[in-house]
Amino acid sequence: MNANTQVEQNMDVKPHHKEQSRVSKVFKQLWKSKTGTVGLVIVLCVILMAVFADIIAPYDHTETNVSARLLPPFWMEGGSFNYILGTDNLGRDVLSRIIIGSKVSLLVGIASVIVAGAIGLFLGLVSGYYGKWIDQVIMRLVDSFLAIPNILFMLIILAVIGPSLTSIIIVLGVTTWVIYARMVRSETLSIKERDYVKSARAIGASDYRIIKKYILPNVVSSFIVIATLNVATTIILESSLSFLGLGIQSPDVSWGLMLSDGRDYLATSWWVATFPGLAITITVLGIIFLGDWLRDMLDPKTKS
Amino acid sequence: MSSIKEKQLPNVLMEVKGLKKHFEVKKGYFNKQVSYVKAVDGVDITIYEGETLGIVGESGCGKSTTGEMLLGLLKPSEGVVKFKGKDMTEMSKKELRDIRKDIQVIFQDPFASLNPRMTVEELIGEPLEIHTSMTKSEIKNKVIELLEVVGLNSEQLKRYPHEFSGGQRQRIGIARALALNPKIIICDEPVSALDVSIQAQILNLLKKLQREYNLTLVFIAHGLPAVRNISDRIAVMYLGKIIEITERDQLFGEPMHPYTEALLKSIPVDHPKWRTNCEPLKGDLPNPANPPSGCTFHTRCPYAQDICKNKVPNLEEVKINHFTACHFPLKQ
Repeated sequence: MNANTQVEQNMDVKPHHKEQSRVSKVFKQLWKSKTGTVGLVIVLCVILMAVFADIIAPYDHTETNVSARLLPPFWMEGGSFNYILGTDNLGRDVLSRIIIGSKVSLLVGIASVIVAGAIGLFLGLVSGYYGKWIDQVIMRLVDSFLAIPNILFMLIILAVIGPSLTSIIIVLGVTTWVIYARMVRSETLSIKERDYVKSARAIGASDYRIIKKYILPNVVSSFIVIATLNVATTIILESSLSFLGLGIQSPDVSWGLMLSDGRDYLATSWWVATFPGLAITITVLGIIFLGDWLRDMLDPKTKS
Repeated sequence: MSSIKEKQLPNVLMEVKGLKKHFEVKKGYFNKQVSYVKAVDGVDITIYEGETLGIVGESGCGKSTTGEMLLGLLKPSEGVVKFKGKDMTEMSKKELRDIRKDIQVIFQDPFASLNPRMTVEELIGEPLEIHTSMTKSEIKNKVIELLEVVGLNSEQLKRYPHEFSGGQRQRIGIARALALNPKIIICDEPVSALDVSIQAQILNLLKKLQREYNLTLVFIAHGLPAVRNISDRIAVMYLGKIIEITERDQLFGEPMHPYTEALLKSIPVDHPKWRTNCEPLKGDLPNPANPPSGCTFHTRCPYAQDICKNKVPNLEEVKINHFTACHFPLKQ
């Protein structure tokens, strides 16, 4: 009797205890995973940089200095500490532009992946799970999206609705969801034939429940990998839009825009395009590291 | 021998009549030729309350498909599946979901039949969450109780399936099937993926649970030895049809269908120096998309005669409670 009550008390206490320790557990695991830690640090730095961009940036990103055009970074001959990473063809400070540009690039990169991911995940799940005519309709839609060249499609939409930050995010999202939809659909197709989905049907689980508890959690790891990789593609896709004049409009600045601006001077002044490129690389690397860690976290098998 | 069951007048729990499942196979792009794989081709079974019915047959003979139709997971192409007198094929989705409480399943591969992303607590508690209005802590207590019933302990509540061995996982599967107090459990080769030493444990557990919960079991297996221990009656399937069904001892003692005889002879003997005069069956299972005419077994039957090629034998009661589908049933 005594032992019984003790057990019961223990059980009442335990869940509370667990809830509290969950957050600290997550951080412990993050610390254990070296790449995860690196990823988090990079991503946090970039986010902080974007949030406090206007305070950190030494110059205004639109401020031109004609007498200081195409100055090299400080460690090269002719460079100075006034312009640490040099200046571009209009004498604007490259460092300041990278800092200010992080706002747009990060927002466009992440937001459009979220838009595309949400559309793709939903349509992929529905298409793979229900099959039959729904699958046919969605997959033919996917095919037609694949048949139109991405850039052309984006240009048409942007030309009609006009370029702005929101429209760019939406356009990038709407054109890249196809990858997710196809990936999620094929994963769903294989998962829904597994015995554990049959067992869910046998206990009378609804379709919604099966999708939410059985299919989604088992699709999510591949999804995260693709999504994090796509942040990079999207940032670069935005730069091609900027290059074609329908992306971010001057005087606003993004890394993509800087990349395409600097292209013309690549032979003589490499720093104009290289540093924004480097910024993209480092950010994407951080996001991928963080994504890998997140994937492992969500998988009970690799969660030590 | 035949009549223990008759005297008690056992209640019929499930009744299957003329059950068929034909899968479409399409060929050609323009002139679509549709052919059918006759996975299950006319099965009649009556399942009595409290009994254990073994269903035995080679791979591909339709035994698992039959099991899935009994569960209501697969819609039959033809035929009737009655549960307590109600036809499951004509039920609405909601009625079907309600009836699923009573008909549960244990799968063959315990590594594939548990969602790797759910903890033991979620796995076993899920049927309760769906079908009852129990609170979270009530469910938790019930899960702990069930874990103890199947021989696991409550410390394992928060673990994931990959942390368990095959036998333990099968126990989790059994607890999940048991959660809603079902009337009947369809066991689709529940021990064939397990080590021999674990097989006996799981079989004993199932027997124990059958007594305690007054369960009816349908036990699907691919060989006779696997069902010998546990079954009251055994049905032998060949190419989507039941070719012999009778009580266990009767089947082992006096098989009437040549196929059953061959299956019995193929059981290895206990001693390495003993030999049976076993002649293995020639050939493979014929393609169910294009089954042989007449008696589907005539291509491999050592006693086949002309009539077997032309006329389909019906499942007939040759002795009391001993049904077989053969033109020339064996006489011992």
